[in-house]
Amino acid sequence: MSDRIPILRIGDILLVSVQFDLEDQTVLNLQEDLAEQIVAKSAQGVVIDISALEIVDSFVGRMLATVAAISRVLDARTVVVGMRPAVAITLVELGLSLGGVSTALDLEKGLAKLRRPASSASQ
Amino acid sequence: MAKQDNAVDLVGLLAAEKQDLAASWVREVQESLGRRVGAAELDRELRELYEALVEALRQGAQDVHAEQMSEVRALLTELSRNRARQGFSPSETAISVFALKTVLEPALRDGSADTVRAYLQLGRILDGLGLFTIETYTQTRDELITAQAEQLLELSTPVVRLWDGVIAVPLVGTLDSARTQVVMEKLLQALVDTGSEQAIIDITGVPAVDTQVAQHLLKTIVAARLMGAECTVSGISPQIAQTIVALGIEFDGIVTKASLADALKLALRRSGVDMVAHAGVQR
Repeated sequence: MSDRIPILRIGDILLVSVQFDLEDQTVLNLQEDLAEQIVAKSAQGVVIDISALEIVDSFVGRMLATVAAISRVLDARTVVVGMRPAVAITLVELGLSLGGVSTALDLEKGLAKLRRPASSASQ
Repeated sequence: MAKQDNAVDLVGLLAAEKQDLAASWVREVQESLGRRVGAAELDRELRELYEALVEALRQGAQDVHAEQMSEVRALLTELSRNRARQGFSPSETAISVFALKTVLEPALRDGSADTVRAYLQLGRILDGLGLFTIETYTQTRDELITAQAEQLLELSTPVVRLWDGVIAVPLVGTLDSARTQVVMEKLLQALVDTGSEQAIIDITGVPAVDTQVAQHLLKTIVAARLMGAECTVSGISPQIAQTIVALGIEFDGIVTKASLADALKLALRRSGVDMVAHAGVQR
């Protein structure tokens, strides 16, 4: 049994804070848990904090896109926050631009982005 | 040990006519270098070197890499480093060593076969020392060049803060992958450090844009977007705009502005800052 990443609820927003480097199985568990939690808590938004993440491979990169897509289907918006410069460079070099995933510099700005109505956030 | 005896002969000569030989050596070098090195400094340098060389030969040093030569090598290293820094040419540096051969030539006139052999051996040693000088010279030059290249890299990529939450990178000069890498890293780090959500890349000073440069810019912008910041490219000249279209480069989803002022205006609007011109102010 590999580690599970805790999913915290703040109001109608779910907060996923990744504190250690991810293994493939952990990532799959997270996708599953998150989908369940969004439905169970009827969440409007998901914030994934990866500020502690130093290493990202293509699998994790795709996971972020997948999670965003899953939550969009379940009518919740996803914001990835706190990506490190080195991680961003790696993802770009891997050719993953995470189109369709919104991002923010830190947790605070991410939450602010979710609180803004959807129409203005896309501008 | 015949060889060493010969060397000792020559050592005798070197040591006996020390003052004369050293003086003419200094004169010889002084002539070839012109007036660019102070006479007193040159005199001191060469005399020290001379003493060290005689001492090394007396101890039986056979070539440049002998242990007894360490003092000579240290002095030579310093000498060629100084020459390299002062901008002398390699031959001007090496002449300091080779001039000693010329100076010793008169000793051969009435010399026996032994003296000639000793002279030739010393000649070999001096050749080695000359090569060593050139080597050190080149090394120093290389270090200088590397240091300058690094400085240039640092100098050429400043990240400036234009407003709260708005940073800009004015790019000047040709972009290559090494520079773009530095720009990218600096820009992204600055985003984190200042907590800025708006970044402007100003390419007014970039003379030409080709597909590779465009690729680098795109990468930087996508990376910034991944971190949650928005990037604007500004300072696109009419020529560059034409090149970009002619090359078929697509700046999909990237905002481009003609001037830095326009880009700043956009960035401020995006971060919710309103600018109001007061009617009463005379301009």
